[in-house]
Amino acid sequence: MQFKSQAVAKPYFIAAIGLFVGQILFGLILGLQYVLGDFLFPAIPFNVARMVHTNLLIVWLLFGFMGGAYYMIPEESETELFSPKLALILFWTFLIAGALTIVGYLAVPYATLAELTGNNILETMGREFLEQPLPTKLGIVVVALGFLFNITMTVLKGKKTSISIVLLLGLWGLAVFFLFSFYNPVNVVLDKFFWWWTVHLWVEGVWELILGSFLAFVLIKTTGVDREVIEKWLYVIVTLTLITGIIGTGHHYFWIGTPEYWQWWGSIFSALEPIPFFAMTVFAFNMVNRRRREHPNKAAVLWALGTGVMAFLGAGVWGFLHTLAPVNYYTHGTQITAAHGHMAFYGAYAMVNLMMISYAMPILRGRAANSNKSQVLEMWSFWLMTVAIVFITLFLTAAGILQVWLQRVSDAPLPFMVAQDKIALFYWMREWAGAAFLIGLIIYIASFFVGGDEKEAA
Amino acid sequence: MPEPILIPSAEAPPARRLPGDLAIWFFILAEMLAFAVFFSAYAFARASHVEEFNLYQQTLDRNLGALNTFLLITGSWFVVLAVQAAHQDKGPAIARNILLGWLCGGGFLVVKVIEYSAKFGAGISMSTNTFYMFYISLTFFHFMHVILGMVILTVLWVQARKGVYGSHDAHGLESGAAYWHMVDLLWIVLFPLVYVMR
Repeated sequence: MQFKSQAVAKPYFIAAIGLFVGQILFGLILGLQYVLGDFLFPAIPFNVARMVHTNLLIVWLLFGFMGGAYYMIPEESETELFSPKLALILFWTFLIAGALTIVGYLAVPYATLAELTGNNILETMGREFLEQPLPTKLGIVVVALGFLFNITMTVLKGKKTSISIVLLLGLWGLAVFFLFSFYNPVNVVLDKFFWWWTVHLWVEGVWELILGSFLAFVLIKTTGVDREVIEKWLYVIVTLTLITGIIGTGHHYFWIGTPEYWQWWGSIFSALEPIPFFAMTVFAFNMVNRRRREHPNKAAVLWALGTGVMAFLGAGVWGFLHTLAPVNYYTHGTQITAAHGHMAFYGAYAMVNLMMISYAMPILRGRAANSNKSQVLEMWSFWLMTVAIVFITLFLTAAGILQVWLQRVSDAPLPFMVAQDKIALFYWMREWAGAAFLIGLIIYIASFFVGGDEKEAA
Repeated sequence: MPEPILIPSAEAPPARRLPGDLAIWFFILAEMLAFAVFFSAYAFARASHVEEFNLYQQTLDRNLGALNTFLLITGSWFVVLAVQAAHQDKGPAIARNILLGWLCGGGFLVVKVIEYSAKFGAGISMSTNTFYMFYISLTFFHFMHVILGMVILTVLWVQARKGVYGSHDAHGLESGAAYWHMVDLLWIVLFPLVYVMR
């Protein structure tokens, strides 16, 4: 490790992995509730399990982003972190606030939680992905501001590279767009319109900048390709992301009461959204092929290539599958969306965090790369989780196509729940694929504890 | 200016040299793809609203459109002269021609604003009908590209005034010029498609 203060990334990474496990466990509960409706009812109803599953995802990704930034920024800026102490204080604040929120979800009914946490003062709760109680939302803002202050000050006092500027742009964007979670107009059209400014402009806008920046950093470190080449690619990817992603928000405005031109704008620009993801795939493979050194951390390179491919498939291809307005007219809110969501989040954001952890953790533990034995195990976990998510996506896609057909397209459309019963087989198969994913995750964690003794030369 | 990194090495035969940086070409292709999708959508929508499109096309001001075509082509010509001047090391002519190109772009914006104010003044909006939706979307999207092109020309002008470009290095100038030509080319497709073709 080049700078002592990079060590603050470690607790963030560990917390991220811990919350990831929680997310997957609740995913399995949720998957089972699709086929056994009263499983764990009334202790954990479906809506609560879903909320915990998606909120844990967001929180562990945020922990990963913060850890990644704390690791990367000192090295890019060639200076110690502005305040490692602040980073640790914010870590515990965020972890405790996050844990209390999850406990709140599980311990009391959601309406009671809203009452207890002052939702009547400023009504922000009850919206998908932004279910957090007001104190948690405020806590997120405080943590994000403290984190951004720390990171920005570090960049300002050190070297300013394109990679760190792109990361700052992504992280500041993340914080700014989260502010729309406090805006909750009574008009449902306006509510939905601005709700997407947080949700869409995160995952199809500023988060992609974080992804591009992390990927560029790890590729520079592992391939030894000239920084200039990598930065030029990063610029092209960033521009394409912003052009297609920002106006691409329109694909959420088809049926919520907005003017009709959104159907054209949304369709046209989201048809182009796969391009930046494709560029990222080409980027990753191109750089690895032109590598000037054989980095001992093969697992990190595998994650880097994997995130390129899976983000393109999950976000690019599976997204495009249903963003044209005439298609979306039928597929809106079906399992097709769930299929896309699973592969896109795993491919783009789970994998890029795992890539960063895979690259940084060995160094934080005092070695350039893990032992061969440990890396082999990690690569097994890569393939198990990735193949599992591919199958989850395929089964959900099949379920979605059938659902669209039975419930919406056929001459004698079936009611929602009847259609659900008919596609139960695919939900069962998805659940088995989910179990395989959990095994992959357990192996991933095991890889941290295996063969640590036979250290590679740092 | 940094050395070109992504173009073929200097030893490659001159005929195969790509003017400007590969990155800008990648960007230009992506931009043209976006417009291509937009143009296809226009054609697709027109196919099912032929009469509506023909009727409202008559309300567009073709003279102003033609004037704008002239302005952009002339602007491109000046930028070509600027690149040639750089290759021939005629220092002052580089900045002068870039400025003339920039003024043509400015003229385009003025004409477009006159055209828009007439349309918007008549109460036309994106929600009036499908034809006007495409007319406003396409021309406005292009309008933003003219502005971006002019920002790039401004940077080139400042650099040219500093004497950065010459036969030793016209890389940045060529990259910016390529983008400006794209803005021109897109209008040359857009104008007949939206204003003239029936």
